[in-house]
Amino acid sequence: MSTETMSATETASRPASFASSRRWLLWSGIAALCAWVLVPIYLVALGALGGRQGVYIWPKTGLPTGISLEPFILFLKTEGVVQSFLNSLGAAGITVALSILLGAPAGYALARYDFRGKDSYRLLVLLTRAFPLAILALPLTVSFIRLGLYDTIIGVGLIHTVLALPFAALVTQGIFLGVPKELEEAAWVFGCTRVQAFFKVVAPLALPGIVATAVFAFVISWNEVFAASVLTVRNRTLTAYLLTVLSESPMHYRFAGGLMLILPSVVFIFAVRRYLFAIWGISSK
Amino acid sequence: MANIVIDRIRKSFGAFQALKEISLTINDGEFVSLLGPSGCGKTTLLRIIAGLETSTSGDVRIGDRSIIGLAPKDRGLAMVFQNYAVFPHMTVYENVAFGLRMQKADDARVKAQVEKAAGLLHIEPYLDRYPNKLSGGQRQRVAVARALAVEPKVLLMDEPLSNLDALLRLEMRTELKTVLQSAGTTTIYVTHDQTEAMGLSDRIAVMHNGVVEQVGHPVEIYNHPATRFVGGFIGNPPMNFIKVPVSNGQVVAGAEQLAVPEDVGNEIVLGLRGEAVELAPLPQGIEMKVRVAEPMGSHLLLTGSIHDQPVRVILPASETVKSGDTIGLKLDRKRITWLSPESGKSFPAVSA
Repeated sequence: MSTETMSATETASRPASFASSRRWLLWSGIAALCAWVLVPIYLVALGALGGRQGVYIWPKTGLPTGISLEPFILFLKTEGVVQSFLNSLGAAGITVALSILLGAPAGYALARYDFRGKDSYRLLVLLTRAFPLAILALPLTVSFIRLGLYDTIIGVGLIHTVLALPFAALVTQGIFLGVPKELEEAAWVFGCTRVQAFFKVVAPLALPGIVATAVFAFVISWNEVFAASVLTVRNRTLTAYLLTVLSESPMHYRFAGGLMLILPSVVFIFAVRRYLFAIWGISSK
Repeated sequence: MANIVIDRIRKSFGAFQALKEISLTINDGEFVSLLGPSGCGKTTLLRIIAGLETSTSGDVRIGDRSIIGLAPKDRGLAMVFQNYAVFPHMTVYENVAFGLRMQKADDARVKAQVEKAAGLLHIEPYLDRYPNKLSGGQRQRVAVARALAVEPKVLLMDEPLSNLDALLRLEMRTELKTVLQSAGTTTIYVTHDQTEAMGLSDRIAVMHNGVVEQVGHPVEIYNHPATRFVGGFIGNPPMNFIKVPVSNGQVVAGAEQLAVPEDVGNEIVLGLRGEAVELAPLPQGIEMKVRVAEPMGSHLLLTGSIHDQPVRVILPASETVKSGDTIGLKLDRKRITWLSPESGKSFPAVSA
């Protein structure tokens, strides 16, 4: 009797169990991905907020016991931290602005116009990344000193723009290709100049992709450490500052520094997340 | 007046000549279709008129004004695109209002015009929606409404129905005709679908390989194609072409003598619409060997050969012809088109 009921429930529940196992798979996948991102951030935060005792406590509980903002604030009060944080924001801001202002028009041209040497141009854009910065460091330093850009945030921003620009151009090309040409032509026919059509029709539809490109440029600048270290002495960006300072710092300071590196990117991406998803669905089909 | 004069327009892509000196005049308020297979240049011609493509040489005039070289927005025309091209980030209302807004029309006029166009195309219920919530047919209506809202002098349509399913296409076709008849707009309509062109147009321009093969009323084009291509492209089944010997300026068809145009050699091509025949006893009729007889309900479709050349003819459904039969056919001599075997061009109709 018991076997009978068992087989009966088995057959009855098979489609249901298939669906539920799919759901289980989905949620465990989501959980794994979240953990992949969140657990390290959590651990870093724990180290940053736990103070000296929190870092060396053993056995580790993984629970937020004895945390306070005090160690972190103490770290913030350390000389140079806030300034380098602002420097980093400035350099990233310059990078985002310049790579969008220069990269998006280039991407638009690549997407919409056929011109001689288009493929070579595209290759050339990527080739700028073929020179290792280490080789360029010395000549760059020399010319930056001559130009008065050495040890300035603008100088760092310019170099980061050089790093981010090729990707900005190529990624925005793809984005503009995704906006059907017919939409633009319809705008022309119904009374727009080329510039008006771009701002009324193409730009709104390309916005999510452009914002994603901006995030990308921001992250490139924020994480870049080599050029920033070489080209600055006093006006360091956060990464460059932390690199030189943290190796001599107590453990919980390092965690605080790490947390400070992570948070702005997370906050920035969170702030623009709405634009990262295509709101209207670009396809005209 | 918004008549359109297309004057010796040429377009080359490198060595490839997409349009070879096209000249065509479209009268004010007329509906003209550009009909042809894909690659014949019809869409290129339309895009040149719209200003989305430049011509290699030639002129286009609307009224008395040459529009070549003007930006699309300065040409005073509206267009319906094949993929609708409704703006996905605007509501239906804003889509329809777009052209008026660009003309800086005041809000009252915009509202009036949008409501009028929306009423014509039955899209009032969707005015607040975004296009991604609409079906293909509804988007097509939005695209047409957007074009009509600006009350254009000239309306260009680029295969507007080709993305719709068959049933919807038929419905939209009838509706388009109703709407455009009342609007009285000069319209150029590009299509590869002959039934659309036949049903909608005042005149059809049949294009092939960058050349206009024939311009004329749908019935005229159907009955008297100017070239072999036109006869073969229009009509279902296509026109039959039978090469026949000529003696003493006449062609023998069963017991009948058919007069042919003067100055032809010993052969001529007889162009025959499948339905321009009736059954006649042999040997009065011309002999046809029936290979397959297909009763279609409304008519009887016979595939076979005359003079060993393949033909398709249509007889009333009441006739009883079977596959394998040999039958006699009497040709309707008024509906015969004579074509030159060399050039493929047809001769002017001769009186019997």
